[in-house]
Amino acid sequence: MFEVEALRRQFPILQRQVHGRPLVYLDSAATTQKPLAVIEAERHYYETLNANIHRGVHALSQEATDAFEGARDKVRAFIGAARREEIIFTRGATEAINLVAHSWGRQSLAPGDEILISEMEHHANIVPWQLLCEATGAILKVIPIDARGALVPGAVDAMIGPRTRLVGITQVSNALGTVNPVADIVRQAHRVGAVVLVDGAQAVAHQPVDVVALDCDFYVFSGHKLYGPTGIGVLYGKQALLERMPPYQGGGDMIAQVTFEKTTYNSLPYKFEAGTPHIAGAIGLGAAIDFLQHIGLDAVARHEDRLLAHATQQAEAFEGLTCVGTAPGKVGVLSFVMKGVHPHDIGTILDREGVAIRTGHHCAMPVMDRYQVPATARASFAMYNTIGEVDALFRALRRVEELFLK
Amino acid sequence: MSDLRDLYQEVIFDHNRHPRNFGPLATANRHADGFNPLCGDRLTLHLRVEDGVIREARFEGAGCAISTASASLMTEALIGKSEAEAAVLFEGFHHMVMGEITSVDLGKLAVLAGVSEFPARVKCATLAWHTLNAALKNASQPVSTE
Ligand SMILES: Cc1ncc(COP(=O)(O)O)c(C=O)c1O
Repeated sequence: MFEVEALRRQFPILQRQVHGRPLVYLDSAATTQKPLAVIEAERHYYETLNANIHRGVHALSQEATDAFEGARDKVRAFIGAARREEIIFTRGATEAINLVAHSWGRQSLAPGDEILISEMEHHANIVPWQLLCEATGAILKVIPIDARGALVPGAVDAMIGPRTRLVGITQVSNALGTVNPVADIVRQAHRVGAVVLVDGAQAVAHQPVDVVALDCDFYVFSGHKLYGPTGIGVLYGKQALLERMPPYQGGGDMIAQVTFEKTTYNSLPYKFEAGTPHIAGAIGLGAAIDFLQHIGLDAVARHEDRLLAHATQQAEAFEGLTCVGTAPGKVGVLSFVMKGVHPHDIGTILDREGVAIRTGHHCAMPVMDRYQVPATARASFAMYNTIGEVDALFRALRRVEELFLK
Repeated sequence: MSDLRDLYQEVIFDHNRHPRNFGPLATANRHADGFNPLCGDRLTLHLRVEDGVIREARFEGAGCAISTASASLMTEALIGKSEAEAAVLFEGFHHMVMGEITSVDLGKLAVLAGVSEFPARVKCATLAWHTLNAALKNASQPVSTE
């Protein structure tokens, strides 16, 4: 049984006031709040287990290693990967994409090869590929999106070709909420021998993910958008691909043997985890996954869909307000502009009402260009939001109207 | 709400809705672009400077109410000022929006004093002024608030 009020008590920050009003946190697409289970897991680690991992014979080091590796197993099961060797801890989705661009990309691309991304990508899934193209002479191609924020039908088919080596596609758009047909894209890409990186940063907290069923080659996400800590994220890669890729960074932990003449590398996943990792973060992420699975992603998704439907209905009835991103089946976010009021001003006024939303380009400037807006206001929803909070958002938007358009 | 009214004074709404000195300037001899990547505000400033005096000032672009009003008010304040006087105004304005005391007489620009209570908006208010600095130096790179 999904009980939002009971759930909210698991998130201490939701008790706080902002400018003398109860916090209405509608910015979970930027980062989610953290439940007690996650806060306690990090605390427990530092209070009772703290030691460096993989390198001590003493009890604490062993226990810390077990906890860290236990978190890897949780991640593996959470995204349905076959092997723990395929789960690499990174700082976040951004670092995971950069790892692939660097390690896989420099080895695999020749001048004239093509990388295909979409117009709705986050900068994290644009810029690393641009850098890679600069370094290798590969060409970046962009799948266009339509007026509602979906990939233009047929465009993927038309653009995937014999020179396509990699397709980088977001599963859920952070600026628009669009859900992309990634399984179809993977099938099309594999037909021409291209690999696919799926950016799951906005997807993992909203829908169950199974990387084996998707058959994607790489999958990335960040812990902090999944009710976990900042500074920890995940790269999933198919083992055969990861085996062939050179290390990304050099240092401790990623080696088997070092001499000044020759260094041999550690096995997967450690080959890609140079240096002391964010041990507490990984353990916190493991706790977040346990927490989310205990609640049930299906129940969370249903709840969030209700919130989004309620918000969309009110937005449509609100004169002067235009939603940006209305693709069928979208999830999680309501991006909008208001006639006569810049999003930045909306953000400031809402903040004084205790309502936290994001305003700006959402690290997706090409999306802003596509819809010819300088920025949007974006409310995003998580498991702990309520219908009452959606109503508070629209009450606050009425205040914006009063102040600006009276 | 009272502090919101401190930020969004009537004069600011007025300049936001009806920006003064808005548009291109054919006779300009100095230009600069300003950009606030955080919120997507962009503006282009055109100046006609003769013998060290700003004879004309106009701007174009799209931004939030604070940056638009600030640019509009700035162009009004600049016309007829020497470059040295403009620099003094910028310094005084900067002190004001940072919540610091200034002895500079800011005239109408003082309506933006409320910005100091909204740290996230200081860059909106100063974008036009940073762009002015660039225009006076005739910098070719767009200035950014970041
Ligand atoms: C779709 C998408 N991809 C990638 C990222 C980057 O995530 P991080 O900054 O945690 O690395 C984000 C974060 O906003 C995102 O929404």
